[in-house]
Amino acid sequence: MIAIKLFWSFFQIGLFSIGGGMAAMPLIQNQVVDLHHWLSLTEFTDLITIAEMTPGPIAINSATFVGIRIFGIPGALIATFGCILPSCIIVSVLAFIYFKYKEMTVIQGVLSGLRPAVVALIASAGVSILRLTVFGESGFSTQSLNYIAVLLFASALFVLRKWKPNPIIVMLGSGIIGGAIYLLV
Amino acid sequence: MKIKNNLLLKLFTSTFYLSAFTFGGGYVIIALMKKKFVDNLSWIGEDEMLNLTAIAQSSPGAVAVNASILLGYRVAGIPGALITIVGTVLPPLIIISAISFFYKAFRDNNVVNAILNGMQAGVAAVIADVVLNLGGNICKEKDLSYILVMVSAFIATFFFKINAMYIILVCGIIGAVKVWLQAKRVKREVLSK
Repeated sequence: MIAIKLFWSFFQIGLFSIGGGMAAMPLIQNQVVDLHHWLSLTEFTDLITIAEMTPGPIAINSATFVGIRIFGIPGALIATFGCILPSCIIVSVLAFIYFKYKEMTVIQGVLSGLRPAVVALIASAGVSILRLTVFGESGFSTQSLNYIAVLLFASALFVLRKWKPNPIIVMLGSGIIGGAIYLLV
Repeated sequence: MKIKNNLLLKLFTSTFYLSAFTFGGGYVIIALMKKKFVDNLSWIGEDEMLNLTAIAQSSPGAVAVNASILLGYRVAGIPGALITIVGTVLPPLIIISAISFFYKAFRDNNVVNAILNGMQAGVAAVIADVVLNLGGNICKEKDLSYILVMVSAFIATFFFKINAMYIILVCGIIGAVKVWLQAKRVKREVLSK
């Protein structure tokens, strides 16, 4: 019974979280804290912190976290499956339509308008992360400017532009070097 | 058959590896996928990667999962899509399962926090690098309307926090109208000759 509830709950989260990431948070809170009392509000806040500290989409992280707490590993699997099932179905339909009709002039036009928009969305996500890194939670001000982060960002970008290495090496490198500096300072 | 299996294996290891490093939201995996599948492996073109991203963004659910499904389907059909879903979902599933038993210690650990803070600067640099390439290519098309769309979409999402869904919708309509007007103009020129 709890397995079905878990599945259904995360199925709804997967289905209605359009736009991804933070858009899913209020939905998760509603299902997990308010409706089913699977987590307390403090535990939910912990979950968001953990989700931000670990890789992967917030919805999947939450599904695993909640699933494992109330039903062990099977719970984690069921909740995760519920969460991705709506995406799988809807994206498959869209993929089918896209690959079938992508040569049509109208669709070509739509896509040509979408490409610059997608670049803008990626840029906006990047600037948000950069702002968080450089200024912290407090927002723009010279006092909150983190010089270590500015330096790390600039050197990482320089390395990426100049030698085009594997980006994951750059991320790990800036984690290790930056982490060492933060601990020493 | 062997080639097909190799392809699926490569798809699985690539998405697993990328997903394990997707810190900071769905667009990070888009940046990493672009580097891996467009620049490195040349399995799909840059335009197609952006098309797939637009579809992933417009569908419900996590952008990372949606983009993986589309990419897997594009490269190896339905088996490809299934493989990339598993590859993308497994890393967070394993990591959170492991951490959930001692998450308070993990959350309050100084070393973990310092490394993650350092990594955030690297993540920002990776996205900046990809955006410079993609934005540069849009500008190279020398079509002012696309540059205008890009700049206004950025202002709309970053400063006005407008839902990405609406931005995608409006930009899609602009693109369709532009092509329709072009087609009309061509038709008129043909008729006048």
